[in-house]
Amino acid sequence: MKIAVLSGKGGTGKTFISTNLAAALKNSVYVDCDVEEPNGRIFLQPQDVQTEDVNRLIPEFDSDICSACRKCVDFCRFNALIFIKNKPLVFKEVCHSCGACAYLCPEGAVTETERKVGVIEKGRHGTVDCITGILDIGEASGVPVIKKVLQEGEKLACKKGGDLIVDCPPGSACSVQESVADADYCLMVVEPTAFGLHNFKMVYELVELLGKDCGIVINKEVEVYKPLEDFCREKKIPVLLRIPFSKKIAGESARGILAVEENKEVENIFLALRKKTGGKAS
Amino acid sequence: MKKLLILSGKGGTGKTTVAAAFMRLSKASAVADCDVDAPNLGLVSDFQGERRTKDFIGAQKAFIDSNICVACGLCASKCRFSAIEKENGTYHIRDIACEGCALCTAVCPVNAISMLDDVAGKQCLLRERQKNNGSRIFSGAKLKMGRGNSGKLVTEVKSALFKAVAVKESDLVRHFDPSRDLAIIDGSPGIGCPVIASVAGVDLLLIVAEPSISGFSDLSRLLETGNQLQTKAVVCVNKWDISRENTQKIKNYCRQKEVPFVGCIPFDRKVIEAVNQGISPVDCESSSGEALRKIYREVLSRLAG
Repeated sequence: MKIAVLSGKGGTGKTFISTNLAAALKNSVYVDCDVEEPNGRIFLQPQDVQTEDVNRLIPEFDSDICSACRKCVDFCRFNALIFIKNKPLVFKEVCHSCGACAYLCPEGAVTETERKVGVIEKGRHGTVDCITGILDIGEASGVPVIKKVLQEGEKLACKKGGDLIVDCPPGSACSVQESVADADYCLMVVEPTAFGLHNFKMVYELVELLGKDCGIVINKEVEVYKPLEDFCREKKIPVLLRIPFSKKIAGESARGILAVEENKEVENIFLALRKKTGGKAS
Repeated sequence: MKKLLILSGKGGTGKTTVAAAFMRLSKASAVADCDVDAPNLGLVSDFQGERRTKDFIGAQKAFIDSNICVACGLCASKCRFSAIEKENGTYHIRDIACEGCALCTAVCPVNAISMLDDVAGKQCLLRERQKNNGSRIFSGAKLKMGRGNSGKLVTEVKSALFKAVAVKESDLVRHFDPSRDLAIIDGSPGIGCPVIASVAGVDLLLIVAEPSISGFSDLSRLLETGNQLQTKAVVCVNKWDISRENTQKIKNYCRQKEVPFVGCIPFDRKVIEAVNQGISPVDCESSSGEALRKIYREVLSRLAG
Protein backbone atom coordinates (compact mmCIF):
# COMPACT_ATOMS: atom_id res chain seq x y z
CA MET A 1 0.00 0.00 0.00
CA LYS A 2 1.09 3.51 -0.84
CA ILE A 3 0.54 5.97 2.01
CA ALA A 4 1.07 9.66 1.32
CA VAL A 5 1.79 11.78 4.39
CA LEU A 6 0.83 15.39 3.81
CA SER A 7 -0.16 18.51 5.68
CA GLY A 8 -0.76 21.77 3.86
CA LYS A 9 1.02 23.78 6.52
CA GLY A 10 4.74 23.34 6.96
CA GLY A 11 6.27 22.07 10.17
CA THR A 12 3.27 20.09 11.40
CA GLY A 13 5.26 16.88 11.67
CA LYS A 14 4.98 15.11 8.29
CA THR A 15 8.55 13.89 8.48
CA PHE A 16 8.15 12.89 12.15
CA ILE A 17 5.12 10.76 11.30
CA SER A 18 6.43 9.27 8.06
CA THR A 19 9.91 8.33 9.28
CA ASN A 20 8.56 6.78 12.47
CA LEU A 21 5.84 4.93 10.59
CA ALA A 22 8.36 3.56 8.09
CA ALA A 23 10.74 2.52 10.87
CA ALA A 24 7.96 0.85 12.91
CA LEU A 25 6.80 -1.15 9.88
CA LYS A 26 10.35 -2.36 9.20
CA ASN A 27 9.61 -4.00 5.83
CA SER A 28 8.87 -0.67 4.16
CA VAL A 29 10.16 1.92 1.73
CA TYR A 30 10.37 5.55 2.79
CA VAL A 31 10.54 8.18 0.05
CA ASP A 32 11.18 11.86 0.73
CA CYS A 33 9.35 13.99 -1.86
CA ASP A 34 10.03 17.24 -0.01
CA VAL A 35 12.88 17.74 -2.44
CA GLU A 36 13.36 21.44 -1.63
CA GLU A 37 14.04 20.66 2.02
CA PRO A 38 14.57 16.90 2.40
CA ASN A 39 14.88 15.97 6.06
CA GLY A 40 13.83 12.32 6.39
CA ARG A 41 17.45 11.24 5.99
CA ILE A 42 18.34 13.17 9.14
CA PHE A 43 16.14 10.78 11.16
CA LEU A 44 16.64 7.56 9.20
CA GLN A 45 20.40 7.99 8.71
CA PRO A 46 20.49 5.69 5.66
CA GLN A 47 23.63 3.58 5.14
CA ASP A 48 25.32 2.41 1.91
CA VAL A 49 23.96 5.41 0.09
CA GLN A 50 24.04 5.39 -3.69
CA THR A 51 23.55 8.65 -5.52
CA GLU A 52 22.00 9.08 -8.95
CA ASP A 53 21.56 12.28 -10.96
CA VAL A 54 18.12 13.46 -12.02
CA ASN A 55 18.14 15.06 -15.42
CA ARG A 56 15.76 17.01 -17.56
CA LEU A 57 15.78 17.52 -21.34
CA ILE A 58 16.88 20.93 -22.59
CA PRO A 59 16.99 21.92 -26.27
CA GLU A 60 20.17 22.78 -28.11
CA PHE A 61 20.16 24.56 -31.44
CA ASP A 62 22.54 23.78 -34.30
CA SER A 63 23.25 27.18 -35.81
CA ASP A 64 24.54 25.63 -39.04
CA ILE A 65 21.17 24.02 -39.75
CA CYS A 66 18.85 26.62 -38.16
CA SER A 67 17.16 28.71 -40.86
CA ALA A 68 16.11 31.39 -38.37
CA CYS A 69 12.41 30.85 -39.06
CA ARG A 70 11.58 31.63 -35.41
CA LYS A 71 8.83 29.02 -35.26
CA CYS A 72 10.18 27.61 -31.99
CA VAL A 73 10.64 31.00 -30.35
CA ASP A 74 7.14 32.15 -31.30
CA PHE A 75 5.57 28.93 -30.13
CA CYS A 76 7.25 28.47 -26.73
CA ARG A 77 4.56 28.99 -24.10
CA PHE A 78 7.01 29.48 -21.27
CA ASN A 79 9.02 32.29 -22.86
CA ALA A 80 12.04 30.06 -22.46
CA LEU A 81 13.42 30.93 -25.90
CA ILE A 82 14.61 34.25 -27.24
CA PHE A 83 15.96 35.15 -30.61
CA ILE A 84 19.44 36.67 -30.47
CA LYS A 85 21.91 37.15 -33.33
CA ASN A 86 19.61 35.24 -35.69
CA LYS A 87 19.59 32.21 -33.44
CA PRO A 88 17.33 30.87 -30.68
CA LEU A 89 18.74 30.88 -27.17
CA VAL A 90 17.24 28.89 -24.28
CA PHE A 91 16.74 30.03 -20.68
CA LYS A 92 17.31 26.69 -19.02
CA GLU A 93 15.64 27.57 -15.71
CA VAL A 94 12.29 28.38 -17.32
CA CYS A 95 12.28 25.59 -19.91
CA HIS A 96 9.60 22.99 -19.11
CA SER A 97 11.17 20.28 -21.31
CA CYS A 98 7.94 19.94 -23.29
CA GLY A 99 9.77 19.22 -26.54
CA ALA A 100 7.63 21.56 -28.65
CA CYS A 101 10.63 23.36 -30.18
CA ALA A 102 12.22 20.09 -31.29
CA TYR A 103 8.91 18.88 -32.71
CA LEU A 104 8.22 22.09 -34.62
CA CYS A 105 11.63 22.77 -36.13
CA PRO A 106 11.27 22.24 -39.90
CA GLU A 107 15.05 21.83 -40.30
CA GLY A 108 15.68 19.35 -37.50
CA ALA A 109 18.12 21.80 -35.91
CA VAL A 110 17.03 21.05 -32.34
CA THR A 111 18.48 18.25 -30.27
CA GLU A 112 17.53 17.69 -26.66
CA THR A 113 20.27 17.06 -24.15
CA GLU A 114 20.10 16.14 -20.50
CA ARG A 115 20.73 18.67 -17.78
CA LYS A 116 21.06 17.85 -14.09
CA VAL A 117 18.41 19.36 -11.78
CA GLY A 118 18.96 17.29 -8.68
CA VAL A 119 19.92 13.91 -7.26
CA ILE A 120 18.29 10.98 -5.56
CA GLU A 121 19.98 9.10 -2.75
CA LYS A 122 19.12 5.47 -2.11
CA GLY A 123 20.15 3.86 1.15
CA ARG A 124 18.97 1.58 3.92
CA HIS A 125 18.04 2.05 7.53
CA GLY A 126 18.06 -1.54 8.76
CA THR A 127 15.35 -3.20 6.69
CA VAL A 128 13.79 0.12 5.69
CA ASP A 129 14.72 1.45 2.26
CA CYS A 130 15.17 5.19 2.30
CA ILE A 131 15.04 7.20 -0.91
CA THR A 132 15.62 10.93 -0.83
CA GLY A 133 15.09 13.45 -3.61
CA ILE A 134 17.27 16.56 -3.45
CA LEU A 135 16.64 19.51 -5.75
CA ASP A 136 19.70 21.48 -6.82
CA ILE A 137 19.83 24.96 -5.31
CA GLY A 138 18.54 27.62 -7.71
CA GLU A 139 16.28 25.20 -9.61
CA ALA A 140 12.65 26.27 -9.72
CA SER A 141 10.75 23.02 -10.12
CA GLY A 142 11.11 19.88 -8.05
CA VAL A 143 8.62 17.89 -10.12
CA PRO A 144 11.19 15.88 -12.16
CA VAL A 145 13.00 14.88 -8.96
CA ILE A 146 9.72 13.92 -7.25
CA LYS A 147 8.71 11.78 -10.24
CA LYS A 148 12.00 9.93 -10.14
CA VAL A 149 11.89 9.34 -6.37
CA LEU A 150 8.35 7.96 -6.58
CA GLN A 151 9.25 5.72 -9.49
CA GLU A 152 12.20 4.22 -7.63
CA GLY A 153 10.16 3.89 -4.44
CA GLU A 154 7.35 2.04 -6.15
CA LYS A 155 9.78 -0.35 -7.80
CA LEU A 156 11.42 -1.19 -4.46
CA ALA A 157 8.15 -1.48 -2.52
CA CYS A 158 6.78 -3.81 -5.16
CA LYS A 159 9.90 -5.94 -5.06
CA LYS A 160 10.01 -6.35 -1.30
CA GLY A 161 6.22 -6.50 -0.86
CA GLY A 162 6.19 -3.72 1.72
CA ASP A 163 4.42 -0.44 2.24
CA LEU A 164 5.55 2.71 0.52
CA ILE A 165 5.52 5.75 2.80
CA VAL A 166 5.60 9.03 0.86
CA ASP A 167 6.74 12.13 2.77
CA CYS A 168 5.18 14.99 0.77
CA PRO A 169 6.21 18.64 0.47
CA PRO A 170 4.06 21.22 2.30
CA GLY A 171 1.28 23.07 0.53
CA SER A 172 -1.28 21.90 -2.00
CA ALA A 173 0.31 22.95 -5.30
CA CYS A 174 1.69 20.98 -8.21
CA SER A 175 4.51 19.24 -6.35
CA VAL A 176 2.06 17.89 -3.74
CA GLN A 177 -0.38 16.84 -6.41
CA GLU A 178 2.41 14.87 -8.02
CA SER A 179 3.27 13.10 -4.76
CA VAL A 180 -0.34 12.19 -3.96
CA ALA A 181 -1.65 11.23 -7.40
CA ASP A 182 -0.96 7.49 -7.07
CA ALA A 183 -1.41 7.07 -3.32
CA ASP A 184 -3.87 4.53 -1.90
CA TYR A 185 -4.25 6.43 1.33
CA CYS A 186 -3.66 10.02 2.43
CA LEU A 187 -2.51 10.52 5.98
CA MET A 188 -2.84 14.19 6.85
CA VAL A 189 -0.88 15.65 9.75
CA VAL A 190 -2.68 18.60 11.28
CA GLU A 191 -1.71 21.15 13.90
CA PRO A 192 -4.73 22.11 16.02
CA THR A 193 -4.41 25.85 15.47
CA ALA A 194 -6.14 28.44 13.29
CA PHE A 195 -3.20 28.30 10.81
CA GLY A 196 -3.13 24.51 10.84
CA LEU A 197 -6.86 24.18 10.18
CA HIS A 198 -6.82 26.74 7.37
CA ASN A 199 -4.08 24.90 5.47
CA PHE A 200 -5.54 21.48 6.27
CA LYS A 201 -8.79 22.54 4.61
CA MET A 202 -6.85 23.45 1.46
CA VAL A 203 -5.04 20.14 1.28
CA TYR A 204 -8.22 18.23 2.15
CA GLU A 205 -9.87 19.84 -0.87
CA LEU A 206 -7.15 18.25 -3.03
CA VAL A 207 -7.52 14.84 -1.35
CA GLU A 208 -11.30 15.03 -1.74
CA LEU A 209 -10.99 16.01 -5.40
CA LEU A 210 -8.74 13.03 -6.06
CA GLY A 211 -11.20 10.82 -4.18
CA LYS A 212 -8.60 9.31 -1.86
CA ASP A 213 -9.18 7.40 1.37
CA CYS A 214 -7.90 9.55 4.19
CA GLY A 215 -7.53 10.16 7.89
CA ILE A 216 -5.73 12.63 10.12
CA VAL A 217 -3.14 12.71 12.85
CA ILE A 218 -3.50 15.66 15.20
CA ASN A 219 0.02 16.59 16.23
CA LYS A 220 1.33 18.93 18.93
CA GLU A 221 -2.05 19.09 20.65
CA VAL A 222 -1.93 21.53 23.55
CA GLU A 223 -5.69 21.50 23.93
CA VAL A 224 -8.61 20.34 21.81
CA TYR A 225 -9.19 22.88 19.04
CA LYS A 226 -12.92 22.85 18.51
CA PRO A 227 -13.12 24.26 14.96
CA LEU A 228 -10.88 21.39 13.77
CA GLU A 229 -13.02 18.78 15.57
CA ASP A 230 -16.16 20.29 14.04
CA PHE A 231 -14.69 20.24 10.55
CA CYS A 232 -13.66 16.58 10.85
CA ARG A 233 -17.07 15.59 12.17
CA GLU A 234 -18.84 17.45 9.39
CA LYS A 235 -16.66 15.90 6.68
CA LYS A 236 -16.53 12.51 8.40
CA ILE A 237 -12.73 12.48 8.48
CA PRO A 238 -11.44 9.94 11.01
CA VAL A 239 -8.92 11.12 13.61
CA LEU A 240 -6.48 8.20 13.74
CA LEU A 241 -4.07 9.48 16.33
CA ARG A 242 -3.55 12.41 18.69
CA ILE A 243 -0.05 13.33 19.79
CA PRO A 244 0.10 15.79 22.67
CA PHE A 245 2.57 18.64 22.54
CA SER A 246 5.60 17.74 24.57
CA LYS A 247 8.88 19.57 24.90
CA LYS A 248 10.52 16.15 25.19
CA ILE A 249 9.29 14.99 21.76
CA ALA A 250 10.17 18.40 20.26
CA GLY A 251 13.64 18.23 21.80
CA GLU A 252 14.28 14.69 20.59
CA SER A 253 13.07 15.51 17.09
CA ALA A 254 15.31 18.56 17.09
CA ARG A 255 18.26 16.24 17.71
CA GLY A 256 17.18 13.87 14.94
CA ILE A 257 16.16 10.99 17.21
CA LEU A 258 13.71 8.40 15.88
CA ALA A 259 11.01 8.03 18.57
CA VAL A 260 9.95 4.45 17.69
CA GLU A 261 13.46 3.20 18.24
CA GLU A 262 13.78 4.87 21.63
CA ASN A 263 10.57 3.53 23.02
CA LYS A 264 8.68 0.28 22.38
CA GLU A 265 5.40 1.92 23.35
CA VAL A 266 5.75 4.50 20.62
CA GLU A 267 6.46 1.74 18.12
CA ASN A 268 3.17 0.07 19.07
CA ILE A 269 1.34 3.37 18.62
CA PHE A 270 2.67 3.64 15.06
CA LEU A 271 1.84 0.01 14.26
CA ALA A 272 -1.70 0.66 15.48
CA LEU A 273 -1.83 3.75 13.27
CA ARG A 274 -0.93 1.65 10.25
CA LYS A 275 -3.72 -0.83 11.09
CA LYS A 276 -6.24 2.00 11.11
CA THR A 277 -5.36 3.08 7.59
CA GLY A 278 -6.46 -0.36 6.39
CA GLY A 279 -5.21 -2.06 3.25
CA LYS A 280 -2.56 -4.74 2.88
CA ALA A 281 1.14 -4.29 2.34
CA SER A 282 1.65 -4.33 -1.41
CA MET B 1 10.23 52.12 0.48
CA LYS B 2 12.23 49.34 2.16
CA LYS B 3 11.12 45.81 1.43
CA LEU B 4 11.53 43.11 4.04
CA LEU B 5 10.88 39.49 3.09
CA ILE B 6 10.39 36.86 5.78
CA LEU B 7 11.45 33.32 4.85
CA SER B 8 12.29 30.12 6.66
CA GLY B 9 13.30 27.25 4.39
CA LYS B 10 11.63 24.74 6.65
CA GLY B 11 7.88 25.09 7.06
CA GLY B 12 6.19 25.93 10.33
CA THR B 13 9.08 27.72 11.98
CA GLY B 14 7.03 30.87 12.61
CA LYS B 15 7.32 33.11 9.51
CA THR B 16 3.72 34.26 9.71
CA THR B 17 3.85 34.83 13.46
CA VAL B 18 6.89 37.06 12.97
CA ALA B 19 5.30 38.84 10.00
CA ALA B 20 2.10 39.50 11.98
CA ALA B 21 4.11 40.88 14.90
CA PHE B 22 6.07 43.20 12.61
CA MET B 23 2.81 44.40 11.04
CA ARG B 24 1.53 45.40 14.47
CA LEU B 25 4.77 47.00 15.60
CA SER B 26 5.44 49.00 12.46
CA LYS B 27 2.04 49.96 11.09
CA ALA B 28 3.75 49.22 7.77
CA SER B 29 1.89 50.75 4.88
CA ALA B 30 2.37 47.74 2.62
CA VAL B 31 1.98 44.08 3.48
CA ALA B 32 1.94 41.05 1.22
CA ASP B 33 1.32 37.38 1.90
CA CYS B 34 3.34 35.55 -0.73
CA ASP B 35 2.78 32.10 0.76
CA VAL B 36 0.12 31.51 -1.87
CA ASP B 37 0.11 27.78 -1.17
CA ALA B 38 -0.84 28.24 2.47
CA PRO B 39 -1.78 31.88 3.03
CA ASN B 40 -2.26 32.52 6.74
CA LEU B 41 -1.22 36.10 7.36
CA GLY B 42 -4.76 37.32 6.66
CA LEU B 43 -5.99 35.24 9.61
CA VAL B 44 -4.04 37.37 12.05
CA SER B 45 -4.01 40.69 10.21
CA ASP B 46 -5.71 43.74 11.65
CA PHE B 47 -6.49 45.23 8.25
CA GLN B 48 -9.94 46.61 7.75
CA GLY B 49 -11.15 48.22 4.63
CA GLU B 50 -12.21 47.96 1.09
CA ARG B 51 -11.41 44.55 -0.43
CA ARG B 52 -11.01 43.79 -4.11
CA THR B 53 -10.56 40.34 -5.56
CA LYS B 54 -9.72 39.06 -8.99
CA ASP B 55 -9.07 35.75 -10.69
CA PHE B 56 -5.50 34.72 -11.36
CA ILE B 57 -4.96 33.19 -14.76
CA GLY B 58 -1.97 30.94 -14.27
CA ALA B 59 -1.56 29.57 -17.75
CA GLN B 60 -3.66 28.22 -20.53
CA LYS B 61 -4.59 24.58 -20.64
CA ALA B 62 -5.40 22.41 -23.59
CA PHE B 63 -8.96 21.43 -24.44
CA ILE B 64 -9.95 18.69 -26.89
CA ASP B 65 -13.15 19.21 -28.86
CA SER B 66 -14.60 15.71 -28.94
CA ASN B 67 -16.77 16.57 -31.98
CA ILE B 68 -13.65 17.11 -34.07
CA CYS B 69 -11.23 14.61 -32.45
CA VAL B 70 -10.64 11.50 -34.55
CA ALA B 71 -9.06 9.64 -31.62
CA CYS B 72 -5.76 9.04 -33.41
CA GLY B 73 -3.90 9.31 -30.08
CA LEU B 74 -0.98 11.27 -31.54
CA CYS B 75 -1.36 14.02 -28.92
CA ALA B 76 -1.24 11.55 -26.04
CA SER B 77 1.89 9.92 -27.44
CA LYS B 78 3.71 13.26 -27.72
CA CYS B 79 2.63 14.76 -24.39
CA ARG B 80 5.55 14.79 -21.95
CA PHE B 81 3.36 15.34 -18.90
CA SER B 82 1.00 12.35 -19.26
CA ALA B 83 -1.81 14.88 -19.38
CA ILE B 84 -3.87 13.25 -22.14
CA GLU B 85 -5.97 10.23 -21.28
CA LYS B 86 -8.18 7.89 -23.24
CA GLU B 87 -11.51 7.12 -21.70
CA ASN B 88 -14.31 5.22 -23.45
CA GLY B 89 -12.62 5.67 -26.78
CA THR B 90 -12.23 9.44 -26.57
CA TYR B 91 -9.27 11.54 -25.51
CA HIS B 92 -9.42 14.24 -22.89
CA ILE B 93 -7.03 16.49 -20.98
CA ARG B 94 -6.23 15.95 -17.30
CA ASP B 95 -6.29 19.58 -16.20
CA ILE B 96 -4.10 19.00 -13.17
CA ALA B 97 -1.32 17.42 -15.23
CA CYS B 98 -1.44 19.78 -18.25
CA GLU B 99 1.39 22.33 -18.12
CA GLY B 100 0.06 24.33 -21.04
CA CYS B 101 2.92 23.77 -23.46
CA ALA B 102 0.47 23.53 -26.40
CA LEU B 103 2.53 20.90 -28.19
CA CYS B 104 -0.70 18.87 -28.65
CA THR B 105 -2.29 21.73 -30.60
CA ALA B 106 0.62 21.57 -33.05
CA VAL B 107 0.52 17.78 -33.26
CA CYS B 108 -3.23 17.32 -33.83
CA PRO B 109 -3.88 16.58 -37.52
CA VAL B 110 -7.49 17.80 -37.40
CA ASN B 111 -7.12 20.93 -35.23
CA ALA B 112 -9.32 19.58 -32.48
CA ILE B 113 -7.28 21.07 -29.65
CA SER B 114 -7.34 24.64 -28.44
CA MET B 115 -5.80 26.46 -25.49
CA LEU B 116 -8.12 28.00 -22.89
CA ASP B 117 -7.43 30.27 -19.92
CA ASP B 118 -7.19 28.46 -16.62
CA VAL B 119 -8.14 30.17 -13.38
CA ALA B 120 -5.39 28.99 -11.04
CA GLY B 121 -6.18 31.10 -8.01
CA LYS B 122 -7.61 34.26 -6.56
CA GLN B 123 -5.87 37.49 -5.69
CA CYS B 124 -7.11 40.01 -3.16
CA LEU B 125 -6.12 43.56 -2.37
CA LEU B 126 -7.23 45.42 0.75
CA ARG B 127 -6.97 49.15 1.15
CA GLU B 128 -7.39 50.61 4.59
CA ARG B 129 -7.86 54.37 4.70
CA GLN B 130 -6.10 56.10 7.53
CA LYS B 131 -6.78 59.26 9.47
CA ASN B 132 -3.85 61.12 7.97
CA ASN B 133 -5.31 60.61 4.47
CA GLY B 134 -2.84 57.87 3.72
CA SER B 135 -3.69 54.23 3.33
CA ARG B 136 -2.32 50.80 4.14
CA ILE B 137 -2.35 48.08 1.53
CA PHE B 138 -2.57 44.33 2.01
CA SER B 139 -2.00 42.10 -0.99
CA GLY B 140 -2.57 38.37 -0.93
CA ALA B 141 -3.68 35.41 -2.96
CA LYS B 142 -4.72 31.82 -2.77
CA LEU B 143 -3.62 29.23 -5.27
CA LYS B 144 -6.20 26.67 -6.33
CA MET B 145 -5.22 23.22 -5.16
CA GLY B 146 -3.03 21.20 -7.43
CA ARG B 147 -2.05 24.21 -9.53
CA GLY B 148 1.43 25.21 -10.55
CA ASN B 149 2.52 28.72 -11.47
CA SER B 150 2.95 29.69 -7.84
CA GLY B 151 6.01 31.74 -8.80
CA LYS B 152 3.97 33.75 -11.26
CA LEU B 153 1.26 34.34 -8.66
CA VAL B 154 3.86 35.50 -6.12
CA THR B 155 5.13 38.01 -8.68
CA GLU B 156 1.56 39.22 -9.26
CA VAL B 157 0.90 39.61 -5.53
CA LYS B 158 4.02 41.73 -5.17
CA SER B 159 3.37 43.83 -8.22
CA ALA B 160 -0.26 44.44 -7.14
CA LEU B 161 1.07 45.64 -3.79
CA PHE B 162 3.65 47.99 -5.23
CA LYS B 163 1.29 49.33 -7.86
CA ALA B 164 -1.17 50.19 -5.09
CA VAL B 165 1.45 52.01 -3.03
CA ALA B 166 3.21 53.60 -6.00
CA VAL B 167 1.62 56.99 -5.35
CA LYS B 168 3.35 57.14 -2.02
CA GLU B 169 6.72 56.26 -3.42
CA SER B 170 6.72 59.43 -5.45
CA ASP B 171 6.45 61.37 -2.19
CA LEU B 172 9.35 63.58 -1.21
CA VAL B 173 12.56 61.84 -0.43
CA ARG B 174 12.82 61.65 3.33
CA HIS B 175 14.42 59.59 6.05
CA PHE B 176 13.36 55.98 6.30
CA ASP B 177 10.31 56.00 8.51
CA PRO B 178 9.28 52.45 9.42
CA SER B 179 5.76 53.52 10.24
CA ARG B 180 5.21 54.48 6.61
CA ASP B 181 7.97 53.29 4.30
CA LEU B 182 8.13 49.63 5.18
CA ALA B 183 6.79 46.74 3.14
CA ILE B 184 6.51 43.42 4.96
CA ILE B 185 6.32 40.32 2.80
CA ASP B 186 5.53 36.90 4.22
CA GLY B 187 7.14 34.23 2.04
CA SER B 188 6.65 30.54 1.48
CA PRO B 189 8.66 27.58 2.73
CA GLY B 190 11.22 25.79 0.57
CA ILE B 191 13.76 27.17 -1.89
CA GLY B 192 11.95 26.63 -5.20
CA CYS B 193 9.98 28.70 -7.61
CA PRO B 194 7.71 30.76 -5.25
CA VAL B 195 10.67 31.58 -3.00
CA ILE B 196 12.88 32.65 -5.89
CA ALA B 197 10.03 34.82 -7.22
CA SER B 198 9.49 36.43 -3.81
CA VAL B 199 13.15 37.37 -3.33
CA ALA B 200 13.34 39.54 -6.47
CA GLY B 201 13.70 43.22 -5.58
CA VAL B 202 13.60 42.99 -1.78
CA ASP B 203 16.10 44.83 0.45
CA LEU B 204 16.51 42.27 3.22
CA LEU B 205 15.62 38.68 4.03
CA LEU B 206 14.70 37.86 7.59
CA ILE B 207 15.07 34.12 8.02
CA VAL B 208 13.16 32.50 10.87
CA ALA B 209 15.08 29.35 11.73
CA GLU B 210 14.19 26.48 14.00
CA PRO B 211 16.81 24.92 16.28
CA SER B 212 16.49 21.36 14.97
CA ILE B 213 18.80 19.38 12.73
CA SER B 214 16.13 19.64 10.02
CA GLY B 215 15.83 23.38 10.58
CA PHE B 216 19.59 23.77 10.37
CA SER B 217 19.80 21.86 7.10
CA ASP B 218 16.98 23.94 5.58
CA LEU B 219 18.54 27.19 6.80
CA SER B 220 21.82 26.43 5.10
CA ARG B 221 20.08 25.60 1.80
CA LEU B 222 18.07 28.81 2.02
CA LEU B 223 21.11 30.97 2.81
CA GLU B 224 22.83 29.50 -0.22
CA THR B 225 19.79 30.35 -2.35
CA GLY B 226 19.77 33.92 -1.00
CA ASN B 227 23.46 34.16 -1.75
CA GLN B 228 22.91 33.02 -5.34
CA LEU B 229 20.23 35.69 -5.70
CA GLN B 230 22.57 38.26 -4.16
CA THR B 231 20.22 39.36 -1.42
CA LYS B 232 21.28 40.30 2.11
CA ALA B 233 19.93 38.13 4.89
CA VAL B 234 19.67 38.17 8.68
CA VAL B 235 18.68 35.24 10.87
CA CYS B 236 16.63 34.80 14.03
CA VAL B 237 15.76 31.57 15.86
CA ASN B 238 12.24 30.71 17.01
CA LYS B 239 11.54 28.35 19.93
CA TRP B 240 15.24 28.57 20.71
CA ASP B 241 14.90 26.76 24.06
CA ILE B 242 13.68 23.55 22.35
CA SER B 243 17.38 22.90 21.71
CA ARG B 244 20.00 25.22 23.14
CA GLU B 245 22.65 23.14 21.46
CA ASN B 246 21.22 23.61 17.95
CA THR B 247 20.58 27.31 18.60
CA GLN B 248 24.27 27.69 19.37
CA LYS B 249 25.10 25.74 16.22
CA ILE B 250 22.99 28.13 14.14
CA LYS B 251 24.64 31.16 15.77
CA ASN B 252 28.10 29.76 15.03
CA TYR B 253 27.13 28.97 11.46
CA CYS B 254 25.84 32.52 10.94
CA ARG B 255 29.06 33.97 12.32
CA GLN B 256 31.09 31.77 10.02
CA LYS B 257 28.98 32.78 6.98
CA GLU B 258 29.02 36.44 8.08
CA VAL B 259 25.24 36.57 8.28
CA PRO B 260 24.02 38.85 11.09
CA PHE B 261 22.15 37.06 13.87
CA VAL B 262 19.31 39.25 15.15
CA GLY B 263 17.81 37.36 18.07
CA CYS B 264 16.02 34.44 19.70
CA ILE B 265 12.32 33.89 20.44
CA PRO B 266 11.51 31.51 23.31
CA PHE B 267 8.94 28.74 23.06
CA ASP B 268 5.76 30.27 24.40
CA ARG B 269 2.27 28.75 24.60
CA LYS B 270 0.84 32.26 24.35
CA VAL B 271 1.78 32.24 20.66
CA ILE B 272 -0.75 29.48 19.93
CA GLU B 273 -3.37 31.20 22.06
CA ALA B 274 -2.79 34.46 20.21
CA VAL B 275 -2.94 32.84 16.76
CA ASN B 276 -6.20 31.07 17.60
CA GLN B 277 -7.69 34.41 18.64
CA GLY B 278 -6.49 36.05 15.45
CA ILE B 279 -4.03 38.34 17.21
CA SER B 280 -0.26 38.50 17.67
CA PRO B 281 1.86 37.74 20.74
CA VAL B 282 2.97 41.39 20.73
CA ASP B 283 -0.65 42.35 21.48
CA CYS B 284 -0.45 40.74 24.90
CA GLU B 285 2.12 40.51 27.65
CA SER B 286 4.35 37.57 26.75
CA SER B 287 7.97 36.51 26.68
CA SER B 288 7.76 35.84 22.92
CA GLY B 289 6.24 39.30 22.35
CA GLU B 290 9.17 40.92 24.18
CA ALA B 291 11.66 38.97 22.05
CA LEU B 292 9.82 39.89 18.85
CA ARG B 293 10.01 43.59 19.77
CA LYS B 294 13.77 43.34 20.20
CA ILE B 295 14.21 41.55 16.87
CA TYR B 296 12.00 44.12 15.19
CA ARG B 297 14.19 46.99 16.40
CA GLU B 298 17.33 45.15 15.31
CA VAL B 299 15.92 44.46 11.82
CA LEU B 300 14.85 48.09 11.40
CA SER B 301 18.29 49.38 12.20
CA ARG B 302 19.73 46.99 9.56
CA LEU B 303 17.18 48.19 7.01
CA ALA B 304 17.87 51.85 7.73
CA GLY B 305 21.63 51.42 7.57
